[in-house]
Amino acid sequence: MDVELILNGEKVRVPVRRHSQTLLELLRDEVGQTDVKEGCGKGDCGACNVLLDGKAVNSCLVLALQADGCSVVTLRGLGSGEQLHPIQTAMIEHGGIQCGFCTPGMVISLAACLQENPSPSRAEIREAISGNLCRCTGYHKIVDAAESAAAEMRGEAGDRARARLL
Amino acid sequence: MSVGEFEARTKHRVIGKALPRHDARDKVQAQTRYAGDFTMPNMLHGAILRSDRPSARIARLDCTAARALDGVWAVLTAADVPNLRLPVELPGQTGKARNADADAPILSDGRIRYQGEAIALVAAETAELAQFALSVIDIEYEDLPGVFDPLEAMQPGAPKLAGDTNVIAQYHLEKGDLAEGFAQADLVVEGSYRTQLIDHAYLEPESGVAWLDDDGVITIRTATQVIEHFRTIARMLDLPHSKVRIIGTMVGGGFGGREDMTIEAYLALLTWKTRRPVRIHVTREESFLTHGKRHPFVLVYRTGVRRDGTITALEARVVSDAGAYAYLSPFVLIYGLITAAGPYRIPNVRVDASAVLTNNPFTSAMRGFGALQTCFAYEVHLDRIAAEVGIHPLELRRLNVVHRGDSIANGQIVEHEPHLDEMLTRAWEALPSSRQPRPGRRIGRGIAACFGPYGRVTWTHDTSSAYVGIEPDGSVIVRSGVPDVGGGQASSLASITSEVLGVPPERISVYITDSALTPLSGTTTATRQLYMSGNAVLSAAREVRMNLLRQAAEMLETSADRLDLADEFAFDTHELTLRVPLARVVAACAQAGVPRSSLATFKADFTDLPDPETWQGKAFNDFTYGAQAVEVEVDEETGEVIALTNAACFDVGQAINRQSVEGQIQGGVVMGLGQGLIEDFVVERGVVKTPSLSEYLLPTAVDAPEIITMLLETGNGVGPFGAKGIGEPPTLATAPALSNAVFDAVGARVTALPITPEKVVRALGRLPD
Repeated sequence: MDVELILNGEKVRVPVRRHSQTLLELLRDEVGQTDVKEGCGKGDCGACNVLLDGKAVNSCLVLALQADGCSVVTLRGLGSGEQLHPIQTAMIEHGGIQCGFCTPGMVISLAACLQENPSPSRAEIREAISGNLCRCTGYHKIVDAAESAAAEMRGEAGDRARARLL
Repeated sequence: MSVGEFEARTKHRVIGKALPRHDARDKVQAQTRYAGDFTMPNMLHGAILRSDRPSARIARLDCTAARALDGVWAVLTAADVPNLRLPVELPGQTGKARNADADAPILSDGRIRYQGEAIALVAAETAELAQFALSVIDIEYEDLPGVFDPLEAMQPGAPKLAGDTNVIAQYHLEKGDLAEGFAQADLVVEGSYRTQLIDHAYLEPESGVAWLDDDGVITIRTATQVIEHFRTIARMLDLPHSKVRIIGTMVGGGFGGREDMTIEAYLALLTWKTRRPVRIHVTREESFLTHGKRHPFVLVYRTGVRRDGTITALEARVVSDAGAYAYLSPFVLIYGLITAAGPYRIPNVRVDASAVLTNNPFTSAMRGFGALQTCFAYEVHLDRIAAEVGIHPLELRRLNVVHRGDSIANGQIVEHEPHLDEMLTRAWEALPSSRQPRPGRRIGRGIAACFGPYGRVTWTHDTSSAYVGIEPDGSVIVRSGVPDVGGGQASSLASITSEVLGVPPERISVYITDSALTPLSGTTTATRQLYMSGNAVLSAAREVRMNLLRQAAEMLETSADRLDLADEFAFDTHELTLRVPLARVVAACAQAGVPRSSLATFKADFTDLPDPETWQGKAFNDFTYGAQAVEVEVDEETGEVIALTNAACFDVGQAINRQSVEGQIQGGVVMGLGQGLIEDFVVERGVVKTPSLSEYLLPTAVDAPEIITMLLETGNGVGPFGAKGIGEPPTLATAPALSNAVFDAVGARVTALPITPEKVVRALGRLPD
């Protein structure tokens, strides 16, 4: 039994080993997408978040079979190499990353948040990532990064954020 | 030197700036490989049979059916382990009641002492088969009476876990004359405090692979804070130390939870027996059940106070719940002992501290290491004193904090001014001007000071080694055994090297955490790595720098003391146009046979053990001091507490990377908030009731307050460039500041953590006891 996914923009056909296989297991074990992290396997931590047809979901709570025919975007699909997503750039610049294990899911949630709301308040950013646990940063610099990325994406220079860096 | 003087004198190019960390770019696109991302060809999958109950004798253990399964390659029990019980290294252990039987066996010795204790190991062709094999192991338990409260466990009739007493460490500290101190007091203030069981809850559960490498070296790749456990594993297997190697990975959070071994020994045993690569990958639930926790403490305080607010005497009785085995509990207790009187000038102190075995999950290292529990007690107690004598909590602290030349509880002299009064004031004044509470709620503010040591106790003879070498193209290689747990341990080494050699951080590669190939740096624990390995790298880089400067001086026909290195040039500081590219200097060194690398060892100052009768004597080379103020909103009806703003001020000595230092403080504050308001690892009669992140709740971005982060840079630290350690201290003061803020808001004094709505309402007298 196979599923067909548009994975990071490319059509792929992947065998499903059992009905209970989750999208997380499929992505990590069958496709080798190590940019999807498993922190709990039951939807508590958000480390495995991906965009499923544009919506941020816990890939551990989606059965692989449910994703058949869907678009799946993982962290690397958002940006890699020289082509980073503004949120990725802002996370680097603002120090929103410590151990880095929550980062893939966190960036996915922030991407979904900014897609829906280009000008979120700090409280709205916090709400958007409330399903993503981070044990290292205290969230403060992640919220800073999201504010700065939002400004960047709106075409504003992100003056406040830049000033802080200089 | 005053703060201003130091800041004016110091001009660094890299040090102290808020630069992106060198590992951030990889992490933000998930190029960083964590332990769970590694597999090996032809590998087996390991799994661990764990006890489902806290106190029992194994009446029958029959592995025949599991061993008979096709595709199962090994089923191991205690009988297969050459050396089952390995004492935790406790150099200078002085506990009067040290109990060798309290050391944990690698696999159960036939007696089950906590729920989750490892009994047997399986290696099989698939992970599913390994789990199935566990299910067909025939095990029968005979339940034994357990003991689940440390105070009960101290009673003569309590069931014993090991030997003839459950007390595994007991210390008595005595400074000055307690009776005299109380005689000088106008009033006596008493209080009892309790802290709860806490899990590290790092985001990355335990995972790893092991294989037999060339020459039969057992090689283990896993996330750990301590690659030096290769020696423990060698002793377990009766192998030379040189035949075991641990390659650490970037660690998905540590906080002390990967200081003891997690799955290393199991990986080693299975690969050693099967001669095949083995992978172990545990679930969050298994992780929660099986690594150490932060100790619950019971603390009873009695203080003598003058009417003017001067504290003349402090007596504390401290009991920690060590759980089922010793692990690092005796050490944790020493940190509690020495910090019990806080950073306050109290001439007469007595502390009696005990660590006690119970059938609860074992407790060991966690961020704060005993200094967090005492901070909760002394800081809430100080607010109690403030209320009794009618002095503002901020003023009471300013009146009693230690200054240079004073001594703390162990009689150790404070060698540099801690600036606590300044930091307390700055934190307090940084809180925004009071906002209006919502209807039915009240706003309150609390303050707390803290101090925590960085670096090991001084009788452990701590060292760290590091290598720095410059390549002919001017790029640089640093090698250090340091495990990076996410705090930027490796990145700091790049910053230090960059500063000294004038090479940009992106041209520096830092190789870390390999027990065979990187110089051993000791553990990433005790807030010691910036201090220890930072100094080792500094020393190695400076030696390379001297060689480069001498060579450049010859090339530029000037003297080395006129030269500096920056932007990959050597240049004359008096005549900037006189310069030569660093790569040419390196080439000239190579030609002349001048060493381009250095291996340096940094040795922390050593002392003898403090007097074991009184615990008077130096115990640490330095402390990090700080203060936190917090503003909360409390619902008078429901008791719900919301943290609005936290202002934290710390003397970091010298920030190496401002961004990383702020990140450590903010992360510490929110971990402290979890301890203060939310987290509680609930265990009922030894059985875990919070087995996953659905029940064991962590602070989310919504729970976390906005944090105002303030650094003081006095240059007084013993780390590189005068830096102090900052890993653990920021998490100490949050919980007491919250408790004090709740009291300020509604008059409810909550002395047992966490501060739940129920406890607030109860403290207000609205619920029956």
